[in-house]
Amino acid sequence: MAVAADPSPRFAAFAHPERLVSTDWLQQHLGEPGLVVVESDEDVLLYETGHIPTAVKVDWHTDLNDPVVRDYISGEQFAALASSKGISRDSTVVVYGDKNNWWAAYALWVFTLFGHTDVRLLDGGRDAWIAEGRAVTTDETEVAPASYPVVDRDDAAIRAFKDDVLDHFGSPLIDVRSPEEFSGERTTAPAYPEEGALRAGHIPTAQNVPWARAAAADGRFREVEELNEIYRQGAGLADGDAIIAYCRIGERSSHTWFVLTHLLGFEGVRNYDGSWTEWGSAVRVPITTGAEPGEAPAR
Amino acid sequence: MGHNFTDMDATELPDSLAEIRDDFLGLEVKERLQLLLEFSNELPELPERYRDHPDLFERVEECQSPIFIVVEVDGEGSVHLFATAPPEAPTTRGFASILVQGIEGLSASQVLELADDYPSMLGLTAAVSPLRIRGMTAMLARIKRQVRERTA
Repeated sequence: MAVAADPSPRFAAFAHPERLVSTDWLQQHLGEPGLVVVESDEDVLLYETGHIPTAVKVDWHTDLNDPVVRDYISGEQFAALASSKGISRDSTVVVYGDKNNWWAAYALWVFTLFGHTDVRLLDGGRDAWIAEGRAVTTDETEVAPASYPVVDRDDAAIRAFKDDVLDHFGSPLIDVRSPEEFSGERTTAPAYPEEGALRAGHIPTAQNVPWARAAAADGRFREVEELNEIYRQGAGLADGDAIIAYCRIGERSSHTWFVLTHLLGFEGVRNYDGSWTEWGSAVRVPITTGAEPGEAPAR
Repeated sequence: MGHNFTDMDATELPDSLAEIRDDFLGLEVKERLQLLLEFSNELPELPERYRDHPDLFERVEECQSPIFIVVEVDGEGSVHLFATAPPEAPTTRGFASILVQGIEGLSASQVLELADDYPSMLGLTAAVSPLRIRGMTAMLARIKRQVRERTA
């Protein structure tokens, strides 16, 4: 039972406006049957300090990642997680989070791996909601557990692995990390912990478009004209391109995946979640340093 | 017999830090997050002399959120730790608060002898992830370095 899409004119120019909701829309629809609000933050405790009423928490690290293998959870684990959060297969899920929805977009992407049809982002995320003085609560959300079916994760459409990237040269790659990580001055985002890549630089031919450029100063997504300026004119993406985006562990590039797929309407965009922590430690994969994209390696 | 096995660490922890560890380990994993949140809320305000003096603080670069620390060693050789982090970073605040409370008043040598992996003794690894715990380990390393500098 899907909840009606947000008809805000602000979203109308996007390829898939039904993927965004405004803070006004969410306020009006809170508590509506069929709607589940999910908070997903970088900080594992932020939800506990106060969340949107009725929201449940999904943590990117402890809920969505397999605890042993570097992979996402299985269909069984996802079914158990979703059920415990009151999410049914036909629920409208609205995800929001801190830092321009960085981790919220990651959660949305993982939900998409399981083919959850109706999953949307709250434009502006947690910060926009709080900046507008809207209600937050520390009350524990009472969840009526649902019965989510076991659905096999389908990685093929939106997830790229290292070998896919090696076969991808000639098609566009978008590196969404900071310019310092791209050029090879450092392997981690400024002020972020070392996550263990042995080499610095970028995948040859990748265009550097730091993920947060897609967000305006207030944390909301930029208008479609500005996004086209950044990704089509700036990074040279064109309709029909097969695109792979990557970052360090695949979280920042989930945000860009959302922008390219749902806001600009590119088809077949994949997120390489192995990203730099895999590529920068893999043996004999090609790497380019410096600010320029570099040449595709000879086959 | 069982008594001999209550101290699991190779090195003795000062009472303050041992108590904090035991408090965490005595809880279910989910409740440990709540306790971390309580610590987060208890992080003391900076004393007057440190407000408006960001130059005196060291940034813990390994933490995902901005956290700044400064260590004092007083005339008696006791260590005092001050830390500041924004409310939007409750996990980092919680880590800092544990160390502020646990270290307060210890001698410099007690601080230097603390187990470097104290953060992983709190049973928080499953609840907050190893990646996040790493920030607290780095914080402790920086505290020790400052103590060394102040007592050199």
